[in-house]
Parts: sequence; structure tokens; C-alpha cells
Amino acid sequence: MEKLTVSANPHIKGAATTQRIMLDVIIALVPAGVASVIIFGWRSLLVIATCVLSAVISELICRKIMKRSNTISDLSAVVTGLLLAYNLPVSIPLWMAAIGSAVAIVVVKQMFGGLGHNFVNPALIGRIVLMNSFAAAMSHWTLPVMYQSGADAITTATPLVQMSNGTAVKYTDLLFGTTGGCLGETCVIALVVGGIYLVCRRVISPAIPLVYIGTTALLTFFAGFDPLAQTMSGGLMLGAIFMATDYATSPTTTLGKVIYAIGCGAITSFIRIFGSIPEGVSYSIIIMNIVTPHIDRLTRHKPFGSVKAKGEGK
Amino acid sequence: MILGGKKSMEFIKPAAKVRGGVRVPHRKNTSECATVDMPSPKTVKIMMSQHIGAPSVPCVKKGDEVKVGTLIGSPAEGLSSPIYSSVSGTVSEVCDAMLSSGQMSKAIVIESDGLMTEEEFTAPTVETKEQLIEAVKNSGIVGLGGAGFPTYVKLSPKTPVDTLVINGAECEPYITADYREILENSDDILRAVYKIKKLLEIKQVIFVVEDNKPKAIDKLLEVVSDKQDTDNSVRVMKVRSMYPRGAEKMTIYAATGRRVPPGKLPADVGCIVMNITTLGSIGRYLENGKPLVSKRLTVDGSAVANPMNVRVPIGTSAADIFEFTGGFKNPPKKIIFGGPMMGFAVPNDQIPITKSSNALLAFDEKTVGKMSSSDCIRCGRCVSACPMSLMPAAIERAQILGDVDELNSLGVRNCMECGSCAFGCPAKRPLVQVMRLAKQIVNKR
Ligand code: SF4
Ligand code: SF4
Repeated sequence: MEKLTVSANPHIKGAATTQRIMLDVIIALVPAGVASVIIFGWRSLLVIATCVLSAVISELICRKIMKRSNTISDLSAVVTGLLLAYNLPVSIPLWMAAIGSAVAIVVVKQMFGGLGHNFVNPALIGRIVLMNSFAAAMSHWTLPVMYQSGADAITTATPLVQMSNGTAVKYTDLLFGTTGGCLGETCVIALVVGGIYLVCRRVISPAIPLVYIGTTALLTFFAGFDPLAQTMSGGLMLGAIFMATDYATSPTTTLGKVIYAIGCGAITSFIRIFGSIPEGVSYSIIIMNIVTPHIDRLTRHKPFGSVKAKGEGK
Repeated sequence: MILGGKKSMEFIKPAAKVRGGVRVPHRKNTSECATVDMPSPKTVKIMMSQHIGAPSVPCVKKGDEVKVGTLIGSPAEGLSSPIYSSVSGTVSEVCDAMLSSGQMSKAIVIESDGLMTEEEFTAPTVETKEQLIEAVKNSGIVGLGGAGFPTYVKLSPKTPVDTLVINGAECEPYITADYREILENSDDILRAVYKIKKLLEIKQVIFVVEDNKPKAIDKLLEVVSDKQDTDNSVRVMKVRSMYPRGAEKMTIYAATGRRVPPGKLPADVGCIVMNITTLGSIGRYLENGKPLVSKRLTVDGSAVANPMNVRVPIGTSAADIFEFTGGFKNPPKKIIFGGPMMGFAVPNDQIPITKSSNALLAFDEKTVGKMSSSDCIRCGRCVSACPMSLMPAAIERAQILGDVDELNSLGVRNCMECGSCAFGCPAKRPLVQVMRLAKQIVNKR
């Protein structure tokens, strides 16, 4: 008889793999990518490709140098690249995009041990680093192609800035994403479709996006803003559905997720109400990322039967 | 059909919703395979440690003649159980041998004469609680669902009990042994149920069966609707099929809504839980006084040529059973005693069947495959899968750091090693192994 394999139970495993989860996230991001090409033109595809390529190559080189296993097949670098690209203006010089992507992968992800070990969202840090290094290029918003007239690209302001200047923004523009802004953040419909896909595939629980968006709507409403326009602009959908739900940097229990999402929504609202920086979403998620380990500790489950429940007491 | 006139033919719904668990494939290929009796193998190796508690003490020596039902291992002091010969023949050796769990124990090897001559059995007189406990102790019956806890102890609870929960969930893939017990031996089950109910003054009896076994539910509904149950207190509960609904604490919670606190026993919440085959065996013993010497097993898996249910003499080796069932269609790469979720993979096919074995599976190269694990991505699937509400990913982090306090505060002792967490983990972390290691460091303190 051949040598038998002896290993711990269970001897069968479910179908879920890290790669499949990442693939689902990529699939969920496709609609927003397609929308960005329609809205901002082919250059948006170029930015996306640059970021993804840079992320994958950085990961490959980094793992080689650190003498660790090659992990590009888990597709998480592709996700990071995509998310960073979606957080950049379409007009960004490609080399800047490449740097941002490399920083996200090398400094934020791999230097902390790779997938699952980073404590803040790599793509968001990539964005913040670019924002602070190349402020001008990072706030250069091109008007969507359908509103362009001449040969020269006309610039515009983001809906959030327009609203704070008192200009009315059309809901349809927000829904379809035909506004100024980062290339993947504008089209609300595409992002929501992706989010629904992720929930159906059980990749994310709806707790974080719903509570995050709900909190923001509520707080901005009480502050006298238009909650609908607020939730559909400023990258909130992209942040709430795709960035705040990153496994490594968000709490694991449902209660933890709710607390975290309320935190995200509250900080985003405060930044919008009292401050004027456009990337409120990025900062609030990063802040809550940092708080996540504490939330995790506070919302730890008690083993089954430890809590006296109603109807017990026998 | 409804002899009592009042009896509701309906099954009842779970009293509480159990959290966690995973959807495992059912693969109940053998549900329609009626049990086949395996004739005596040439030799049997009967282990002296087939139950939780102290191993039995060999009371025969080399050269002794034995019959089916001859006492060969007498119960040790304290928690233990007697062990009887499963064949007739001659004791050829008393030695040390390996159990499916990898532990060593004394074993008695018997050369069979192939005749299966039986001792004379007389049905026990059981009119009082004490007589029942004595009879069950003498029968050698232990928890046959896999746990192997001596059954007579369950019948003498230290706290008052009002409920008998009968576990027929059989939530492990492949296994249909309990299912066949319901279909083939419902009379035995009922005989035991009514006896226990009467003598222990049990107020309600709940059969818990998963909804993927409609025939078993119908069968039970049919047999419990007889006139013995005048006050309608024996009921059948249908639970959603989800692994591990058959775990003791989960079954009690679903059946009664009572939660067994960490470190407590079912009796502390007024319940006795018994596996359905255990009850069937008690019923048979009450009828004819023949102790537990054989066991029904499901033989299945991707390497097995003819999946089937067989009743085998206890002590038969895996190799003999596979030979009887017609061998392998593909070379086996892994042999498992028990189900694929909680069973033990064994290093060779000479390991014998014990009282609590309920399945023997063999998988080929293709199914076993190579499972390479990658880093935890903190997806939280293990947390939502754990029926005990533990946090396996956090336990793994603490285990790596060797942080005993953290492990204690995470309640690692409550882990029942059901494997739900590892089943659903996308990174294929070996979480059950981690749990065992973690429990070891916690227990060392
Ligand atoms: S299921 Fe696996 S990958 Fe997910 S949190 Fe648990 S251990 Fe980590
Ligand atoms: S093996 Fe332990 S930790 Fe994992 S799901 Fe089962 S009880 Fe929970």
C-alpha cells in the first residue's frame, strides 16, 4: 500500500480561496472602470493599466528581494492597483501614478508583511502620499468628455466644491458620474452595482457600506446639507463599498463593523461640515483603520453559552 | 395511523436559531444501502480504550477460548466500560496497539474460528432506574456517535433532567449509519426511549433530524405516533442541514433553546443527549441481553469501489473491511476513521474499528490533493463559521505568539475541533491544528 497522508481534520475544504475573493473584487470594480473610460476617455484606461502594472511589478520585486514566496497570483496587488487608479484624476502624469502604486505596495503592504498584515489601506496611503507630493496634479479635474467642446481639455471643480460654492449639482450627473473627480469615484451606479455583486457573492457584508453611507447622510442632513448629493459625491461610494471594507483593515465582528462604519461616516461628515479638504473619505477611513485593532478587542465574541440570554435560567 | 387520536403528525420547529456553521457537501451516497452483515474476519484486534475514561483491564490471556459476548476487558475503577469479544475463537495475543486517534492502548487479538458461537444471553430485568443504569453499564454501550462517553453515566445525572434529546442530525458528509438505524431499527430506538423516559421521569423527548433526511423524519413521525406516547411528549424536530448541527451543545440549543455554559454538561441545563444508534443499541440489549459487539459503518469515499453500509465485528481492521466491501477503484491516499470533518486520518490500514466508529472513508490522490496555505487575509469567515462563537484567526495569532493569557481570554478551551473554521478559510489555514496546539499550551499552565 502506498504511504497514506495523515493530516488534521477537516479532510475536505470549502471552495473559497483568496484568489477567488480578489477576483470577485476585480469583477466588482469593472463597471466603474468601464464608466471611467466612457466619462473621461481612453486615458483613464492608461492610468488604470499603469497602476495595476506598477503594483504587480512592485509586489514581484519586493517579494523576491525579501526572499519570500511569490504572491502575485493571489491578485491582491491587482486590486490595490485598481483602487489607487480609481482614486486618481484622469490627467495625472503616468509616472506619478506608477510611484503611488509602488509606494502603496512596498511601503504599506509588503514592509508590514504582505496581504493581511497591513494596518492601513495601501491604496489610500498611495493616494495621500501623491496628494501631499504633487498637490497640483492631484487636484486637476477634467470635465467629462460629453461636456467638452473644443480641442483643449477643460477643467472643472468636483461636485463637493461646487456645492460648497453654492452651485447646484444635478442628481443625474452624480448618478451617471458625469462630473469632475477621481476617475473611478464618480459613477455611483457602477459602484453600487459592484457593491451588490460583492454582497451577493458574500465577499463583503453589507454592514460597513450601509452604515457608513447612512451615517454620512444623517449627519450631513442635520448640518443642513443635501444628504443625497453628499452621499453620491466625494468618493463616498467608492470608499464605503470598496476601501472601507478591506478585510485587513476593518473589524471582523458585525458589531465591530458597525462601530467602525459609524466612525468613518462621522469623520467624513465632520470634515465636510467643518473643513474643506476634498479627500475626507480617505482620511476618515485611514483613521478608522488605525482604530480597528482596538474595536476588534472591544467587540470580541464571548464563547457560546457565556452570556446569559433570555429564556435561559434553567 | 394515529392511534392515540391526539397525536400531531407534524414535526416541530427548532426552539432556537443556532449561529455559525458551514454548508458542507452532503454526499450521502449510501442512504439507500441497507446494512450488510460482514462475516467474521480471520482475526480481530479489540482495543481496551474505546471510550472516554479509564481503559478496560484485559481479563483473558493468550490461549483462552472465547465466544461472541465473552467479557474480555473488565471496566476499570471510575469512568470506564466493559468490553466483550466480537467473535468466537482463541486469544492469540495481548499487546499494545494504535488507535485511530494515534494514541496507544492495550489490545486483545483474537483468532476467529469463523463460527461466531454466542454466549447465552438473557434479557435483563429492568424495572427501576438503578436496574436500567446497571443494564446499560453491562451492555458495554458508550456514545456511538463518535464521542465514546460511557452511556450509563449519562443516565445517572447529578442534576434533575426533564428532557431527552436524541441526536439524529448526522451532519457529517458521507455518513448514513444513523440514518439506516432510524430506517431499519426504529423499534429498538423506541423501546429504549420509552424505558428511559419512564424510569428517569423524563418530561419531553425530542428527536433532532436534519431536513436533508425526509425519509427518516417520516419514519420517526410514523413510529412515535403510537399509543405508548399518550401525552404527546415524544416529538420529532426538523432542523436545517448545516454542519455541525449535530454537535451536542448545538443540538441542545436547537431542541430546547437552552445554552450549555462553557465547562458545563448537558445535565446542567436539564438535558440528556444521546445519539440515535446508542439508543437503538440500548433497545436491542433490553430485548435480548446481547452486549455491544458489532457496529454499523458507512464505507465510502472517492477511492472506494462499492460504497455501502456494513455491520462489522468490533476490532475488525480497516483492511479487512475494505476487502469485504470490494476494495478500491483508485489507490487510496488517505484513510479516515469517522467523517471528513472530524474524523482521524490514519497512518495504515491495520487500525481496528472501535465502538464509536461510524464511518470508514478512503480518498484517492485527486481528492486529497495538496493544500498549500497562505497568509490569513482577516476575512472573518472563520469567525462567522464558528458555532462556539470563538475567533479562530485571533486565536492563531495568539498561538503563534504563545500568549497564554490572550488564548484564555479568547476562550480557546471551548473549541470542539469541529473544523468549521478551517473548512471555510480561503487562505486554507490549518486552524484545527492551531486550536489543538493552543489548547496544549493553555493546559500546560
Ligand atoms: S477564515 Fe482564514 S483567512 Fe479568513 S480570517 Fe479566518 S483564518 Fe484568516
Ligand atoms: S474547530 Fe473550534 S474554533 Fe474552529 S469552528 Fe470549530 S469550535 Fe470554532
